[in-house]
Amino acid sequence: MEKAAVSIKDMLKKDQILSAGHRMCAGCAAPTIVKLMGMALRGPTIVCENTGCLEVATTIYPYTAWEIPWIHVAFENAAAVASGVVEAMDVMREKGRSEDEHVDVIAIGGDGSSFDIGFGAISGMLERGHDIVYMVYDNGAYQNTGIQRSGATLPGQETTTSWAGKVEPGKRQRKKPLAEIVAAHKIPYVATVDPYHYRDFIKKFRKALEVEGPAFIHAFSPCPRGWRSQTGKSIELSKLAVETGIHPLFEVIDGEEWIMSSPSKNLKELKPLDEYWATQGQFRHLKDPKWDDFKKQIRDQVSHDWELLRKRCGLE
Amino acid sequence: MSEKYNEIPMAGNIIEPGNSKKYLTGGWRAQRPIHNPAECLWIKNGACGRCWIFCPDMAIRLVEKDGVRSYEFDYDYCKGCGICSNECPTSSITMEGE
Repeated sequence: MEKAAVSIKDMLKKDQILSAGHRMCAGCAAPTIVKLMGMALRGPTIVCENTGCLEVATTIYPYTAWEIPWIHVAFENAAAVASGVVEAMDVMREKGRSEDEHVDVIAIGGDGSSFDIGFGAISGMLERGHDIVYMVYDNGAYQNTGIQRSGATLPGQETTTSWAGKVEPGKRQRKKPLAEIVAAHKIPYVATVDPYHYRDFIKKFRKALEVEGPAFIHAFSPCPRGWRSQTGKSIELSKLAVETGIHPLFEVIDGEEWIMSSPSKNLKELKPLDEYWATQGQFRHLKDPKWDDFKKQIRDQVSHDWELLRKRCGLE
Repeated sequence: MSEKYNEIPMAGNIIEPGNSKKYLTGGWRAQRPIHNPAECLWIKNGACGRCWIFCPDMAIRLVEKDGVRSYEFDYDYCKGCGICSNECPTSSITMEGE
């Protein structure tokens, strides 16, 4: 069984699972996330993918950027397909048609297919208890089809279906707390990660692969095209999201034991949200003083969620 | 893609994994990263490598051969996003217009 590569020396020796020449936008963090995912792999792996930026842009015919077995069926059903793959591998092993003792199955979805469209399929997979790691790369909207609002869109975020203007300040509703919803299924392992804290990412992903039964990883993935941010700032933005409390890093074991990860735990206090908003064009309208009340609502909500999370993790 | 209809694999299957390497994305680039080895931690002591870790286009080559370390950008694939330059702790990478 291969070890997880955490140091640069080990990383350079590990085979990459995504090759160059894919057509993700310049500065997209999703290929970095897949690269880090590859560092945690321990042997033969099959990837099932939902429709999304990553699926579309890495497999434009007649090319594929994937170096490992990969399957895509429809928008919502990577979790269901992954369940099928696990069952199929079991049957093939029984019939002596596969020599691999164990094959890891990973399902990947964007936030649209995980928070909204494919949510039922994920819930079903978790309930059936198949040994799968489901990873969502969350870029905050349906970026692939033209930046439409999704369940993962942050309050105050402007998208093409939640325009900001004289009457509306972008999306008004809060973001769906998907990691907490998944943790409520009482599955063995749930974690939130971001590409900036890459050691934390790889260790958590490896843990997710090692547990028996389903595991869920929520990765934060900045999108320069949809967020109107600078392409070079993507990784920095994911760090800022952790520091402002938009994407706190934690693990949940068996749905009961909440552990805050060190990058979040070591924060003395959260950075002001205005710092995060200032880096992106999608929050530009919030500079207008008439949205001050709305901004206060968001700040209160984020700090309330943060306090609640700290309590759950036993830090207060 | 220059194969004729009868040269394409059955059902349009892609047989070769990772064949997107044949598609060069370097033409997307508006800015070009330039590496300065004087301060680079990889060249100095084989540590860091943050540019390699974060590069979304796998366009950085870090090679260590017989104790000699080299650093190279693959301009065939680099899209010029500037993540390497932004994340470099010693500012060894600068972006220049194409």
